[in-house]
Amino acid sequence: MDPSRKRKIRLVVALGAALLLAGALAYTSFSASSEARTPSQLAAGSDPGRSYQLTGKVADGSVRRQGATITFRVRDRDGTGSVPVRYTGTVPDPFREGREVIVTVRRQGGVFVGERDSLVTKCPSKFKSADQPAR
Amino acid sequence: MGVLGRACLILALGVALYGIAASVYGARARRREWVASGRRAVYALAFLVTVAFVVLEVAFLRSDFSFEVVASHSSTTTPTFYKVTAVWSSQEGSLLLWILLLSLSSSLVLFLTRHRLREVAPWATATLLGFGAFFALLLVAFAPPFGQTATPPLEGAGLNPLLRHPSMMIHPPMLYSGYTLFAVPFAFCVGALIARRLDAEWIRSTRRFTLAAWLFLGVGVLLGARWSYSELGWGGYWAWDPVENASLMPWLTGTAFLHSVMIQERRGMLKVWNASLILATGILAVLGTFLVRSGILDSIHAFGASTLGVPFVAFIGVLIAGSVALVISRRVELRSEHRLDSLLSRESIFLINNLVLVGLCFVIFWGTFFPLIAEALTGKKASVGPPWFDRYTVPLALALVLLSGVGPVVAWRRATLASLRRTLLWPAAAAAVVLVVLVPLGAGDRPLALAMFALAAFVVSVVGQELWRGVRARMAMSEDPVPLALVALVRRNRRRYGGYLVHVGIAILFVGVAASSAFRHARDVRMSPGQTAKVGGYDLRYVKPTAELANEKISLGAVVDVRKDGERVTTLRPTRGFYPSRDVEQFGPIGRYFEGEATSEVGLRAGPTRDLWTAIQPDIQPLMPIIAEGNRRFAQSSGDVQGLVIAAIAARYERRPPPATFRIIVSPLVTWIWVGALIAVGGALIAIWPVGAGARRRATAGYAARVAREIGSARSGPGRPEPARRARARA
Amino acid sequence: MLEFVLVLAVLGAAVWLVTGPLRQAGIPRAQARELRSATQVEELEAQREAKYREIRDAELDYRVGKLSEEDWRAQDRALRAEAVEILRRLDAARERVGEGEPEA
Repeated sequence: MDPSRKRKIRLVVALGAALLLAGALAYTSFSASSEARTPSQLAAGSDPGRSYQLTGKVADGSVRRQGATITFRVRDRDGTGSVPVRYTGTVPDPFREGREVIVTVRRQGGVFVGERDSLVTKCPSKFKSADQPAR
Repeated sequence: MGVLGRACLILALGVALYGIAASVYGARARRREWVASGRRAVYALAFLVTVAFVVLEVAFLRSDFSFEVVASHSSTTTPTFYKVTAVWSSQEGSLLLWILLLSLSSSLVLFLTRHRLREVAPWATATLLGFGAFFALLLVAFAPPFGQTATPPLEGAGLNPLLRHPSMMIHPPMLYSGYTLFAVPFAFCVGALIARRLDAEWIRSTRRFTLAAWLFLGVGVLLGARWSYSELGWGGYWAWDPVENASLMPWLTGTAFLHSVMIQERRGMLKVWNASLILATGILAVLGTFLVRSGILDSIHAFGASTLGVPFVAFIGVLIAGSVALVISRRVELRSEHRLDSLLSRESIFLINNLVLVGLCFVIFWGTFFPLIAEALTGKKASVGPPWFDRYTVPLALALVLLSGVGPVVAWRRATLASLRRTLLWPAAAAAVVLVVLVPLGAGDRPLALAMFALAAFVVSVVGQELWRGVRARMAMSEDPVPLALVALVRRNRRRYGGYLVHVGIAILFVGVAASSAFRHARDVRMSPGQTAKVGGYDLRYVKPTAELANEKISLGAVVDVRKDGERVTTLRPTRGFYPSRDVEQFGPIGRYFEGEATSEVGLRAGPTRDLWTAIQPDIQPLMPIIAEGNRRFAQSSGDVQGLVIAAIAARYERRPPPATFRIIVSPLVTWIWVGALIAVGGALIAIWPVGAGARRRATAGYAARVAREIGSARSGPGRPEPARRARARA
Repeated sequence: MLEFVLVLAVLGAAVWLVTGPLRQAGIPRAQARELRSATQVEELEAQREAKYREIRDAELDYRVGKLSEEDWRAQDRALRAEAVEILRRLDAARERVGEGEPEA
């Protein structure tokens, strides 16, 4: 086989392998992902047992701690819909009412149970949008 | 001084735009004075931005709250070190830092190359000034740092207590140094493409900048990981958060570039690939800067939509379009001069290494931007979590470590299988020994971690063997004793042995990562004083609670006694610090001291074999009734009386502590992550370190003389004149 | 008032710095050929450095055992021939540039 044909074959093989891997990547990412939803979207309808990534703000006055578990409500960033969440696990330091949070939840009855250690609170003070008042 | 600051930024924008015009005109009309003027515009930009930065720093140091930025990020009670660094904790200040670092590194590289690269440098100048103009525009029109209020507040908001940690304050300058230093090879690549001068010189002139960029960016990423581990209450160092990923991606493509340029320098191959890599690195660096402040992805760092999103997307769009257009239109000049000689060669290994690194970057890119991709394709935002990332990055990381062990051993152009087998015998044996030793110890449960340990042993033995053979070869030639031979060997071959050391460092770092993720023991447990928890073979007893007041921070914590098999190991003191909120109405005058920011002081005992990590979450619910009463009774009291009340409440926590939640983690070999990183940094410094001019001249003279002799003999063939003497003298 | 003076000073310094080269009289326009020759000299010098590094690396590879002696001798011969070629072209390029260009 002359060298240029060998090179072309190598190129085709390499590209083919790359495409295959990229395809596997894309496929598994869709099946392994959890859908991101806002509270009103979740309240509108959700499959029990499927995990969702809930983003929103912690509703004022809704945080209750019972031992290692906290319950709170998450409301829309700018809206009224809210859902109750029960969460056990690490509570990040910046967690507070009015802060934006991301938590992976699964519906159990009327309450959304947060996955352990999946609660993320966004750092508040840096790079705020213009209309947020300074704390 | 706000007027001075604003004026400097407006002037900076003007100077940058002028410099672009002057450089482009000077390049096209071949007028050297205009090119020089464009270069001076970069120096002027650096000067102006420095003045603006100093003005802002002085405002922070003097706690001049008439500036909004100072009022919202600092306070009179902030320690001086944090006042200095609080400048870049703000959006505006961080942009100013970015343009400062950009203008300084641009000035340096243009000064160093002022007599060379006459066809490329003007376009590179224009590109660097293009970056400068963009950031100056942001600072003038979108995020001005010198906004003032007519009625300055008496006290500032103070620095977010989460950021009051040295690592956190050095982390942005390190990252930005990395990003802005990558702009240098980016700009020179653009210049080389525009001027169609695509051989070796633009790479050679910017090599140290690329290496320095790689180093600073790597250190920045690691500082962030270290801060996360030792300061935050979750006990991990990497979460595949979009912003973390954004800083890692240019580092990965930069690493690929550093390897593949070596192929271009030797064989003139891979020009398109290298150009694309460095252009992608520069674009990813800007993307990283953008992602932190964009709000397009949900992340612990990303903060709401800011007004900077649109300009950044436009800028990145221009960079991408321009890069693609340049590479495609110059594809003739970018043709390879040679082809791959053999599949078994160092070129080939570097190619595979490049593919793995770019593959890693692609995986991380896909996972990071997946919410947007999913939304575009299915209309619903979805995200992938750490398990998905781990599934793909771990095998790629294993492949990378394997390659870093095989690469040094394979010769350039064509390696013989026999010599390869001979050379890899001992390292492979070392890897096998590690496997045999670790499997009975229980490592067999985690095959991936075990594979990493074996591969790391492989890499370390390869490098050790290389050093040993090099020292022996040197001793055979010069009769130096071993230490001197080692030093001389490394000094004369900095790139090679510095690079080997980096490989060792990275391998050790991965060992630390593998061990601490695969074999950690973590527990969340609620304990009252006197109770003990068993984690990972250690007994941790909650001895007693602690309560301390300092500087407006209330620290409630615990003393934890750690024993193993009855023997006392150490005492940990995790605490949780409560900072006051300024919101008196919502929380009350006493309550506000418990409702502001809270930080964890982690109780950490690091060790060579394992880290003991613990964080506490004290339960202050039982204190709430007392605090409420304090709010009622002492609403009108003076600050001193309120202080006494808070001290009393804290003392009460100490006397009658409710059970607290502890997070306890025992993870092995974490320290080796930081040790591996330091080793890699050392290797990079060795590789960057400039060869003394004397040594370089000596080396060139030696070879030049020999080669020149050959020129003389080659030229004195039949019928050819012999300018050999002139050639020898010139060389 | 002080601020205003400072702003003027900064503006003046920037303008002075930037227009320095323009105020120097009599810089001739560079010839395209000149520029290309100068660039070629730089390129060849860079190639020469890279080639010398290759020669040294090949020798180190041999002494350390990665290359057999015959492989090394063959490579060394080829590399040195390439180096000779580069030096030849470098000399020619330097002659074209002449003594007008200052050495880097």
